[in-house]
Order: sequence, then structure tokens, then C-alpha cells
Amino acid sequence: MPGMEGTELRIIGFLCNWCSYGGADTAGVSRFKQPTDLRIIRVPCSGRVDPLLVVKAFMEGADGVLVSGCHPRDCHYSEGNFYARRRLEVLKRFLPFMGIEPGRFEYTWVSASEGARWQKVVTDFTDQVHALGPRRNFGEGNGGGDIR
Amino acid sequence: MSSRKVAEALGIELVEVEDWSCCGSTPAHTVDHLLYGALAARNLAIAEKMGLATVVTPCPSCLVAFKSALEMVQDDGKRKELNELLDLPFQGEIQSKSLLQIIYEEVGVEAVAQRAKRPLEGMRLAPYYGCILTRPPKRAQFDDPENPITMDRILEALGAEVPEFPFKTECCGAAFGLPKRELVLTLSAKILEMAQEIGADALVVACPLCQQNLDLRQGQITSREGVSVDLPVLYITQLVGLALGFSPREVGLDKHAVSPNRLLKKWEEKLKE
Amino acid sequence: MRIGVFVCHCGTNIDGTVDSHQVAEEAKKFPHVVYATDYLYTCSEPGQQEIQQAVGEHDLDGVVVAACSPRMHENTFRRTIERAGLNRYMFEMANIREHCSWIGEDREANTHKAIELVRMAVAKVANHVHLHPSYFEVNKRVLVIGAGVAGMQAALDCADGGLDVVLVEKKSSIGGRMAQLDKTFPTVDCSICILGPKMVDVGQHEKIKLCTYSEIEDISGYVGNYTVNIRRKATYVDWGKCTGCGLCMEKCPSKKAYDYHNEGIADTTAINISFPQAIPKKATIDPEYCRQFTKGKCGVCAKVCPLGAIDYEMEDEIVAEEVGAIIVATGYGLLNMEELGEYGAGRYPDVITGIQYERFLNASGPTQGHVVRPSDGEEPKRVVFISCAGSRDASLDRPYCSNFCCMYIAKQAILTRDHIPDSEVYVFYMDTRSPSKGYEEFIRRAQEEYGVQYVRGRVSRIYPKGKRMVVRGADTLLGTQVEVETDLVVLATAATCAPEAEELAEKLRISYDEYGFYMESHPKLRPVETNTSGVFLAGACQGPKDIPAAVGQGSAAASKVLSLFSKDQLESDPQIAQVMELRCVGCLKCADTCPFQAIEEKELPDGRVVGHVIETVCQGCGLCTSICPSGAIQLQQCTDNQLIAEVEALCQAWRERSSG
Repeated sequence: MPGMEGTELRIIGFLCNWCSYGGADTAGVSRFKQPTDLRIIRVPCSGRVDPLLVVKAFMEGADGVLVSGCHPRDCHYSEGNFYARRRLEVLKRFLPFMGIEPGRFEYTWVSASEGARWQKVVTDFTDQVHALGPRRNFGEGNGGGDIR
Repeated sequence: MSSRKVAEALGIELVEVEDWSCCGSTPAHTVDHLLYGALAARNLAIAEKMGLATVVTPCPSCLVAFKSALEMVQDDGKRKELNELLDLPFQGEIQSKSLLQIIYEEVGVEAVAQRAKRPLEGMRLAPYYGCILTRPPKRAQFDDPENPITMDRILEALGAEVPEFPFKTECCGAAFGLPKRELVLTLSAKILEMAQEIGADALVVACPLCQQNLDLRQGQITSREGVSVDLPVLYITQLVGLALGFSPREVGLDKHAVSPNRLLKKWEEKLKE
Repeated sequence: MRIGVFVCHCGTNIDGTVDSHQVAEEAKKFPHVVYATDYLYTCSEPGQQEIQQAVGEHDLDGVVVAACSPRMHENTFRRTIERAGLNRYMFEMANIREHCSWIGEDREANTHKAIELVRMAVAKVANHVHLHPSYFEVNKRVLVIGAGVAGMQAALDCADGGLDVVLVEKKSSIGGRMAQLDKTFPTVDCSICILGPKMVDVGQHEKIKLCTYSEIEDISGYVGNYTVNIRRKATYVDWGKCTGCGLCMEKCPSKKAYDYHNEGIADTTAINISFPQAIPKKATIDPEYCRQFTKGKCGVCAKVCPLGAIDYEMEDEIVAEEVGAIIVATGYGLLNMEELGEYGAGRYPDVITGIQYERFLNASGPTQGHVVRPSDGEEPKRVVFISCAGSRDASLDRPYCSNFCCMYIAKQAILTRDHIPDSEVYVFYMDTRSPSKGYEEFIRRAQEEYGVQYVRGRVSRIYPKGKRMVVRGADTLLGTQVEVETDLVVLATAATCAPEAEELAEKLRISYDEYGFYMESHPKLRPVETNTSGVFLAGACQGPKDIPAAVGQGSAAASKVLSLFSKDQLESDPQIAQVMELRCVGCLKCADTCPFQAIEEKELPDGRVVGHVIETVCQGCGLCTSICPSGAIQLQQCTDNQLIAEVEALCQAWRERSSG
């Protein structure tokens, strides 16, 4: 499939169904324009996102991974996003050891009413990943850099 | 004069920014926003280089200019543009505050009151904050934007009587002194008249331009606006200075167009009691 | 597997920026896909029929619809394939509208994105298994939180429908805001005269259990089976004995207590019944003012009470209630007027709020309906109303309209002219908003019949001048500044969320917006539902609204509960966690993690201990799946394999793309 190569990067988002997926819907309904790179996978709760899944996405060639859930204390499942926050923070600190720049992974909180916030999150994250460029495959030189 | 004296007495070390230049104030702002930011940023950059933590100014207009520059520098694009115009690199790591804010927040009302040797008893003072000291609130980040109270608290703590003054943040129009003098007279008259109406002995300001404007134009107002105004207009540190024990001459009270002598006499009589 | 893909054009909503036909054509190449097509409106009846037909003709056992958000139509299409004989869970949606066509203008990029989204959905369906719901019993009692007019209506409708209702109210009496009002617009009906009988109905209904002076402590459980702990705050009066005779109020020596019902324009006694029509008509002691509490001695009320109802030792009590559904009707709050420094509110006694003015106008208020200036008790001859005091004001982070102020200002202006015929009334307004039946006519009456002066413009400052106030503002129609000298200023302060609205939302696990108003499930089509099954909204807790709208929502929420309870058993969602006992090592991390205590220990015949999911309790969050070290507990429909399949399908597409 030609065409998009070179302009789009490979970004996966894992969004919780109740807040962030709804927020992305709200952004769509409000026609808030966003970069087209992101592909969204719906999960019930950000706490469902196993850090290994994020690693898997990078291993398979993703240039960036975004996880978004409900705001802390506002989780549909009461405390799922607290688990997510802990796990993903650890993951974020660990990724550089695998040679993945920390800027390629973010986790954030967007509620179902925050369409404009979602637009900003997507735009900023996409820009951030574009600033890093396409990710080199594992083993292809110094992809990570900042692990000190 | 009074600002330096008061700062010293309160333990605030003031260092003059080397080779400082005009912040640009309102005129620059109306012509070119980038240039406006750069003029202010130049002073801030020098201060940064001097290793200073805060740039303090007695003038709210300078303060707004500094804060605008500090806001601009947060934006990557604008920081680049600014720095292209400057000799020194400007990082925006310094902060800027008004002298009033420093006295209120860092010295503290109680500490000032404790050092007062000659409390301002017998003085009935109307605090006038002017248009831009507290506004826009997002930029000013100081006091209540529509009903500021910092000067009220300081003056009260020093023993003065501070009545409710409704026109605390009305504009005196000073910046229109050249293009539209009639407008300035109308606006200033309202403020002075209100202060007289609530029985104030003097108007206390936190802006040198307000001070100058409201002090110097009282003759014009009386002849043109059909209201008789005769009210001393003092800068806040002049009064703090008096309370701290400086003489009226030391805080520059001999340099006013409208003489504060009546106020001083009333005060001294009260102190003698 | 044999999967069919149906790509929707949604008119031009999708097809305008996504080549739907090309998406269908590409989908045909994906593994398992045996049929793919595009259609103008897939959710329409012929669109759904086409799916049903295709399932039969092509012997499909899985379906992907690429259209709008699954939050919109997932259930629609699940029912469609069920009608065609498939298991309803053998279905997936690709969101190519909200997440694709509506947010990008580049048709080529969007089309590629849509193709990839479909590919991911296909990969997920290929890993789907048949799921079957189980059924659980429903506790057919309903909890209504808030006994304002919306909550009362909801409680009455539920109770009349045969349900047992627990009605919890924070204040000592039911009635809410409406009980404070003098008249209602646009009919100028007496508010308490129409509300009072309804309050009596609530108080006397055998199906309604009233818990006033009570708050929600915590809530656990799920639709059909909630457990609610209610804090019954200490009233220091035994309500079983109190008859509401009011003797204690007459004799109470502490007469400076804050009068909440009168919004502070008058004082009340420390022991008081909040207003004459209160239900239940029982006294409460305000310990902040009661001398027994502040000074440690007094006891006057205990001496005068003929029934010995006073109990200074009373403590809060926590009561548990089991219910199956919850209606939230907690109403709204009002902006603290001291936030409006330019209006001098809070500093000048003659600048008051609309609700305070309402209490002056009210015949059962502290002035018996005589309007007076708070500063000197004189009758004002000129009154200025300021609308949008805090509403529609981005600088106060309240850009929204408070909905009912324009109308109540018109009402209060008319009443002012009625009460004081020689008065002059001014209204400063931004726009007058009067979209309901009879509303616009009402405002015209205020202007034409009652001669109320409407000035279009904002007020920049209010200041005192002698005994009067001066209101300085703009008249944007004349293009000038105006100054109006007046005796009294009334601010239509912004409606805010109810105090502590956020905390309650967190207990209920429902969402709220940035202003603290509760989020409905869908702004157009599910206005009283929340995203938490079994929790419904009524009235101004969802956003400022006037009485008829609040009453309508109260009834709507009640009808939702009645239809939910029309079945004896509810279907449980089978998209829950499942333990593969062979893999489970019995560490029970899942049980520790589960926020719902849905996982229990189970001993297998061979003595091995494994986790076991209680089907009806599991809410399907998948926390356990992420924590399980051996991958033994899997959230159905969102298993590790399914998520990996999605990721792999997408990455495969990317790789194919870059290799040309």
C-alpha cells in the first residue's frame, strides 16, 4: 500500500472504553482534526493494558504507543487506572533499557467529555513521535540512547 | 527614593540591573508585540546573567512587560524569535514581581507592622491599585483581580484607617495623557472625587504613572471637570517608609504637586496624643 | 472461520473522506474474510437485512461492521447477527467515523487508516468464541438521592409503579430549591402551593422510605444488587417523638443561627424546623450555634419539649440499604457571589443574589413578602438585576449558560413591579434566553406590560454612593456607558454543580464534566442514563435546568428503572473474566486485585486451589488478566490473544505498506 509511507508513522493507542475511547468519539463528533497516524484499540479499562502488550507493539514495529484512561479517582471500575498508572510508569522508565526512547511511549488521562483535550493529546504525541522519527529495529544500532 | 529606603529597612537587597533599558511599556506594546517582548526580555536576560532570582519593579506596566516576556519565552517558536533580537541568551528562568508583592508575600504584613516605629494612626487612606497590577488575572497571578486587598492589609497593619474604596481598579487613563487628555481628566476626576467622597486624607497608589497622573492633573481637573479636587497622592512605600521612621523628606514627600502637609500635620497631632 | 465485512458510507459522513468501496475491496483480501461489501447506511433496516442475508448466503460465522463508534451501534448489530442465527458476540466494529473520517481531511490517508482498522477488527473476530449470558436476580428496590422536585418526581413515579423506594435527602426536609421559591415562571404560580401537595404525597407514600438529613457514605455492588451505606446525621432530636410543635424554636435563646432556607438574609434559632411546610416537620439542632454545644450548657429546648425528644448525645448512624437501581437527583449549587469582586458582592449589603431576593419576595419568607434593602430595611424604589453573574464568563471558567436565570429575572422583575407599584426595574442582560413554551411571551410581558427596562450590556462595576448603589455598565444597543443609581442590586449568580458533586460521582462510579455536572450516557439519545448500568440521572445534577425539565427527567429516570425491573432476572454480560484451571497456579493475585471481590478461591477435586470468577459480580475490567503471571485468567472478548492479534494485524499491515 503506497502513499502514506514517509509521512505517517506507526502509532498504536490503547484506550479505555468508558473515558478515553468516549473522549476520542467526542473529538470525532466535534470534528476536531487530528493527525492520521494513530490506530486505536479499545480495551475496557486502562488497567487491562498489560505492559507486555506495549512491548509487543514496539517489537512488532510500532514507532509510538499511547495508553489513555479515565482520570485518576474517576475510573469506571473504581481503581483500574491506579493499577495502570503504576505499571505504565514502571514501563516508561524501563523502555530506555530496551533501546526505546522514552518519548515513544506516553500514558495519559482523558475523560469522555474532553474531546478538545483528546485532540491535543493526539496531536502532541504524534508530533513528539515524529520528532524522534521512525524507530530502528532492535539490534540496528543505537536506537535508544538515553539510558543513563 | 522611598522604595530603596523601605526595601533596605525591610531587609530586601535591591541590586540595580546593569545597563537597564526601557521595558517598552504601552507604546511598544501597541506597535509590535515581539519588539515589546524583546525590550523587556533584554533587562531580564541581563538580570539572569547577574545571577539574580527576581526582578522587582515598582511599576505595574514594567511588570506586565516582564511577565509578557516570561510568557513568550515559554513558547519554543517565540523564544527563538526573541533570542534572535537579543545579545544575551534569554532562558526565562527568572521571575518578576512588583515591590508591593514582595513586601506583602515575602516580608509579610506582620513583619512590616512589627518594624513600624511611627504607626500611621489618624490617617484615612484610600488604596488605589490601578488597572494592570492585578489584571489580567492569569498573567498577574497576584491578589484578587477585581477587589485587591494587599495594600489595604498593609496600611491597616500600619495603623491607618482604610475605608472601602470602590474604585480600586478603575483606570486613571494616564497612558492617554497625550492623545486624549479630556478622557484622562474625566477618568481621573472620578477616582479622586470618590476618594474625597469617602473622606480619605490621601490616595495611596502602587504605580508611579498613576501617582504622577493623579497628582499633577488635579489643577486641570478642578478647572475643566467642574469638581474641586485637592487630595495628596502617595506611593505605597512612602507611607510604609513614614511608618518605619523615615522623615517625610527622606521618602520624597516634599516633591508632590499636591502637598501632603495637611495629612502629615493630622498624623503628627495624633501621634502626640 | 468465515467472516463477512460490511463497510458503511454513513451518507457522506464516512464516504466523504474515506473511500468506503475501496475499504471493502481491500477487506476481501484479509485472512478469513469470505465476503465484503459497502452500503450507504448499514444501520438502516435494509442495511441490517443485507447483513442477515449475507450471513445465510455466505455461511458466515463472524461479522465486522466498519462504521461509527461501537459505543453507538455495537448492540444494534449484535442483535442483527443474532437474528441471523449467529452468536451475538461473534461481532466486532471498526470505528471509521469518529476515529477516522471525521478527524482527518486527507481522503487517501483516511482510507488507508480505515483499511487497517478493519483488518484489526477482522483479526480480533477470528479469535472470538461464542459467549452466553447467565441470569441473576434483581433486587427491585430503588434508591433516589436528592429530594428536590426531580428526585421527588422520580420517587413518586417509581413508588406508584409498585417499587420500594429509599429517598435520601441531605437537608432536614424534602422540597429542594423549589421549596425556597416564591413563584414559578411563566405562570407566576405559587411555588410551594404546587410543590406542597407533592411533598405530602412523598411523605405519606407507603412505598417510600424517607431518609432526610442523610448522606451517602459509600456504595458497592452492581446493577440489580447495590449495597448503600447511608449516614443519618445526628439531628439531636428524636424524630420518633418530635411532633414539630415548634415550642423549642420559640424558647431557643440562640437566635443568630445561619438560616439556610432563607439563604442567610435572616437568622434562625439553633434548634429549628427549616420552613413551615417542611416534610418531615421535625426539628434539628445546629451544633455550630447551639449553646449546649458551643458553651456546654443551656438545655432550654430539652426543658420545654413536652415529649422529651431532645437528645444532645445523639450520634451519626450508618444504615445499610440494599437496592437494585439508583437515581441521582442532587441538583445544583450557586456560585459564591464573592468571586465577583467587581460587583462588590459580599462587601455591599445591598448587592444580593437572585435566590436571596426570592426569599424577600416570598410571603413565608422573613419579611412576609415585603421587599426591603438589607442595609436599612427600607423599601427599594429602584432595583437593578444583573444576568449572567458568573455564567458565560470564560474568565471564571464558567463558559456555560445557567439556563433558568433569564426567566427568573423576568419573573422577579414582574413581582417587584407588583409588590412596589412605584418602583423602577432595570435588567442588564447579554441575551435573553427564553426557548420554552410561553417563555418569550413572558419576557415581553415584563418589558411591555410591566415596563421593566432591559439594558443590553454587561456591568463593569457596582459601587456605593451615599445610601444608594451605582451600577455602571455598557448599553451596547446605544453604544454608550450607562450609570444607574439604585437602591438594590440583584445578581443572577451562575448555577454550579452541587457541593461535593465530584465525591458522590466517585462513589457512584459515574463520570462528571469539568464543571462537576454528571455525564449522561449519550447527550441526545440516553439523556438520563449513565455509563454505569443501573445508575440514572434526573434534574440539574446533569446540568442547569428549570423545573419542567427536571420533573420530566425525574419521570424519565423512573421509567428507566421500571423497565429495568420489569424482568425478574437480568442478563449478565458474558464478557467477563474466565479462569483456565489447568493453567492457574493458585497465587490468587487476581482475587487481591479485583475491585469487585468477584474472584474467590476454589478447591479442585485434586486439592489444588485455583481462582474462580463469580459470573454475576465480575464487571469485565480485565485488571486480573493483566496481573495474572501465567495468563490463566482471561477477559472474554478481550483476551491476550485477541489484543495481540489486533496488534499483529496492524503491524503486518504496516510492514506490507513499507515493503511496497
